Amino acid sequence: MHIYLPIAGQSVNALFMVLLGFGVGVLSGMFGIGGGFLTTPLLIFYGIPPTVAVASATTQITGASVSGAMVHMRKGGLDLKMAAVMTVGGFFGSVVGAVVFRMLQASGQIDVVISSLYVLILGWIGFVMLKDALITLGVIGRKAARAPPPRHNRWVASLPLRWRFYSSGLYLSPVAPLAIGFGAGILTVLLGIGGGFIIVPAMIYLLGMPARVVIGTSLAMVLSVSAATTMVHAVTTRAVDIVLAGLLLVGGVIGAQYGALLTLRIKPDLLRLALALIILGVGFRMLLGLAWRPDEIFSIEYL
Amino acid sequence: MKRRIACCALAALAPFLIAADKPMLVPDVSARQVQIRYSFQGGQLLLFGAIAYPDGRTPTRPADIAVVLRGPVQPILLREKEKIAGIWMNADSSRFRSAPSFYAVASSKPIRDLVDERTASIYELGIHNLQLSPGGGALPERERHFEAGLLDLRSRAGLFSENPHGVEISSGILYRAFISIPSQVPVGTYTAETFLIDRGHVVAVATRDIQIDKSGFERYVYLASRRDRFAYGLACIALSLGLGWAAAMAFRRRF
Repeated sequence: MHIYLPIAGQSVNALFMVLLGFGVGVLSGMFGIGGGFLTTPLLIFYGIPPTVAVASATTQITGASVSGAMVHMRKGGLDLKMAAVMTVGGFFGSVVGAVVFRMLQASGQIDVVISSLYVLILGWIGFVMLKDALITLGVIGRKAARAPPPRHNRWVASLPLRWRFYSSGLYLSPVAPLAIGFGAGILTVLLGIGGGFIIVPAMIYLLGMPARVVIGTSLAMVLSVSAATTMVHAVTTRAVDIVLAGLLLVGGVIGAQYGALLTLRIKPDLLRLALALIILGVGFRMLLGLAWRPDEIFSIEYL
Repeated sequence: MKRRIACCALAALAPFLIAADKPMLVPDVSARQVQIRYSFQGGQLLLFGAIAYPDGRTPTRPADIAVVLRGPVQPILLREKEKIAGIWMNADSSRFRSAPSFYAVASSKPIRDLVDERTASIYELGIHNLQLSPGGGALPERERHFEAGLLDLRSRAGLFSENPHGVEISSGILYRAFISIPSQVPVGTYTAETFLIDRGHVVAVATRDIQIDKSGFERYVYLASRRDRFAYGLACIALSLGLGWAAAMAFRRRF
């Protein structure tokens, strides 16, 4: 069944889009990630213009993180104050990101920048996850026990103007979470990813937040930043396709629920190994896209 | 004296008399409006009509027909990718001030058999005779390179096409041609031109306008995203929040 997308200006297979949303939704439910890093490249492979793919994937991330954030909020695993500070940073990040996006569009290098950033981020995350999974599965040996990392990052602790974050049990400067949110906001606009898989390690290793509030807080932050980014895209690039986003969402929100159910049944280490392989696969495909001679040497930009 | 006046009158009337001598075209199209709706996957347009010969007599050597469907003209920037440091990226670019967004020509015989090069380029018959108005100052060689790139790109997207045997003429009077429109056509006013060609000369031209537009929901969404950007963004956010919340509620009992 084909449906015409009014903003992308082409018709797509509706069933395929719902299934794509569902598949990504299952993964996002399983791993607590927005799944934008998979949706955007897959939409680009399908032939959706990169700008529309990025903008519409952002809308899907909002929907995918709603239910997760709700569950964590009920269980008290959400530091609202921290999430609010990061969201403020994220909002400024998305506005700055939009300006960068515009500049890159004007110079004609937006596609290359999107693809290269994806290759770098996916390659790095995938590699780290694969190593972790292989170590826990006992395939490769663990390194000699290291000294436990210090609870507070020295750089973060040296920032002035400290606030108390009661839910996280932290006393630190709001500048650090602001900066993290800022970076995540830029990535959300440029890549159509929620940035959950970057925020989570940053919150654990840089801010020293306890694991119990990390996932919930990151989901809340991803939720509000992706919503703000949808707005930024709607106003500046005008590339949000509500029909495409709706199709992805219908599959995505249902898939997210099934994904959350699945986590209870599958061994988590195997799960992580699978995710690492998927991430590396997508990253490798993007790398090939950069290095291989593209099908189209010429591209048209409307003035 | 009387004779001179008569001669003058005859001379003044001459163009009309000759015009009446020439065949005329009575063209029509299957749809004056093409609506792009949710299920739009492209379509076919039938361009048809009749050739009205003077005195209603069909000559022994019937004329030929070429039909051209042309989309709105857009200024574009064409970028070319090059391999730089192992990565394919946009390097060179060229501007075209008046590239048609859609161009399809169908004729009863290949264009080069119908008219000479000069006539073809005057009437822009055939995709290689389009006047693309490339940005000034470029070397002709580079200009041709980019033109070829644009033609190739649009041809493979189905936006530029040539069908040398696409017009069917029955009994030398009635003609018809199908032109297919792909789903990614831009919206706007299209013109369907019909050329009657006899012995290398264009003897009659007729033009019809066709509107291609998004309709109903698609049109509403497109306009909303251009005009009420803020409200459109809010609608997108509300949609995602609403669907996410609904799914969470629907599955709540399972946890």
